[in-house]
Amino acid sequence: MATTAIAGSSSRLGDWLLLLLVGALAVLWVIPVVWVVAMSLKPNTELMRSTAGLLPIPFTIENYVNLFTVSAVPRWLINSTIVALAMTSLTLILSATAGYAFARFEFPGKRVLFILVLTGLMVPEQAVFIPLHTMFSGWDLHNTHLALTTPRLAVPMGVFLMTQFFKAIPRELEEAAELDNASRLKVFLRIMLPLSIPALTTLGLFTFMHAWNDYLWPLVSATDKSMYTVTLGLASIQGNFAQSEGLGSVMASAVFASLPIMILYLIFQRFIVSGIAMGAGK
Amino acid sequence: MTAVAGTEPARAATPERSLRAGDALQAYLFLAPFLIIYLVFLVYPLFKGFWISLHDWELVGDYREYIGFLNYVDLWNDPLFWRVVRNTLTFVAMTVPAMTALALALALAVHKPGRARSVMRGVFFGSSVFSVTVVTLVWQMVLNGDRGLVAHLFRSLGLEPINFLGDPFWAMPSLTFATLWWGVGLPLALFLASLNQIPRELYEAAELDSASRWTVLRRITLPAIKRTTILVLVLQIVGQFQIFGQAQLMTGGGPANGTRVIVQYIYETGFRDWQIGYAAAMAVVLFVLMFAFSMLQLWLGRKED
Repeated sequence: MATTAIAGSSSRLGDWLLLLLVGALAVLWVIPVVWVVAMSLKPNTELMRSTAGLLPIPFTIENYVNLFTVSAVPRWLINSTIVALAMTSLTLILSATAGYAFARFEFPGKRVLFILVLTGLMVPEQAVFIPLHTMFSGWDLHNTHLALTTPRLAVPMGVFLMTQFFKAIPRELEEAAELDNASRLKVFLRIMLPLSIPALTTLGLFTFMHAWNDYLWPLVSATDKSMYTVTLGLASIQGNFAQSEGLGSVMASAVFASLPIMILYLIFQRFIVSGIAMGAGK
Repeated sequence: MTAVAGTEPARAATPERSLRAGDALQAYLFLAPFLIIYLVFLVYPLFKGFWISLHDWELVGDYREYIGFLNYVDLWNDPLFWRVVRNTLTFVAMTVPAMTALALALALAVHKPGRARSVMRGVFFGSSVFSVTVVTLVWQMVLNGDRGLVAHLFRSLGLEPINFLGDPFWAMPSLTFATLWWGVGLPLALFLASLNQIPRELYEAAELDSASRWTVLRRITLPAIKRTTILVLVLQIVGQFQIFGQAQLMTGGGPANGTRVIVQYIYETGFRDWQIGYAAAMAVVLFVLMFAFSMLQLWLGRKED
């Protein structure tokens, strides 16, 4: 009896120490971000003198004001928003329809087609970005939102997830509707889609984040500065920026570019973290 | 998700729906939008990439000449190609074990419920939502030898600051650090999910035997998450093999090609030197390597089941 009590209290002490240690690491983890945000809120002249300090003293919002008045960042944000929204909505439509076909229909070639789609999971972007570039050159479509969006719709992860999700829905729900002679399309729209809102939300969030952060394909496809996404635009202002006079402005651009993603993350954190488990667990 | 998955047996009990006329046609209609996009933008480019790799093909202009496997022969004899392969492998060898160990340690520390732990989970995962360009911007600044955060820290401790990204020894570890900070969220989430699935009874039994913390970890926890650990390792190897943005933006491949990696070399060959035939050959090699590795994972997964 006495020994278990001691063991209990020492393990509780251990728990606290461990938590303290990880807590310290968590603080270290956010310090770079705090520092960057602080720099974005300091005057450039002050930053020329010193970049030290985690608090924005002296404080200014000039860097953010300049962002909107003189920089290309707003234009890049619009491009990113168009591309990310288009890619997300189209991925949801394509994944849901194809997933429904694989989960609920019997048709010749189903197995072969499903394996063909699954194999695509193992094709990395780098294996296709050169031929894609020549294709879009041939069609004279580079530097368009269309070029930034369409090649990235061919990712089969969403189809795979939706197939698994639809398969797990009990058939009774559809059978009742089929007795009323509802068409397959109606069953899909009225029954299956509403049931899959949680899965679609997770898939949508991931697609949006991937689209927003996409780098290699926009890098080769969008060469015209006005067609940059914000991720690509940020790459273009790197280089010797650490020595530059406009350090505060660079930092403000980075903060601003991350804002939409950060907000999404804070709202949907639960969906995103559990979504990873859903994607990999299957 | 689990609630829905739990109803699986009930579904199996219902008889399969009978085939209706026109079903196949409808199925193809549902499938067509994705399948067309998939064939045009993934399957076809994959073969076209191989076709390009058999040519001396320039990015701009119409110059292209069929040269068979000459690009692959050149690749074999290209010292820089072997250098970037070695650099990439070094990066993978440094990053993957560190990432997996860090993710596992963090998961063990924060997987229990509680407000503080929940906030920390959010913090460690949070850095993975940034784009590669934001991550490289932050870390270039943090590691800057003159005005960086670490330089400030070194000076306040009376140490000489190091220009990490320009230093032959520190450049590669710097990329690893930035990558750990950026990427630990995904493996962390996988480990967390896996830890939450271990039945509580196992731990209760161990408590009755008053097993030590270490014994519980070694005998119960680690064996229970073995599958996830393998999954994390494979995903990490495949993922880190594709490193590009960090090297391109933080070190530019330097100093003296010390951090130039495969994808960066492909990009530079194709889009700076315009030799897309040669670049495509490298991309094919990269793809074959990674595909083989993924197949190995599938095979291992089958064996586990």
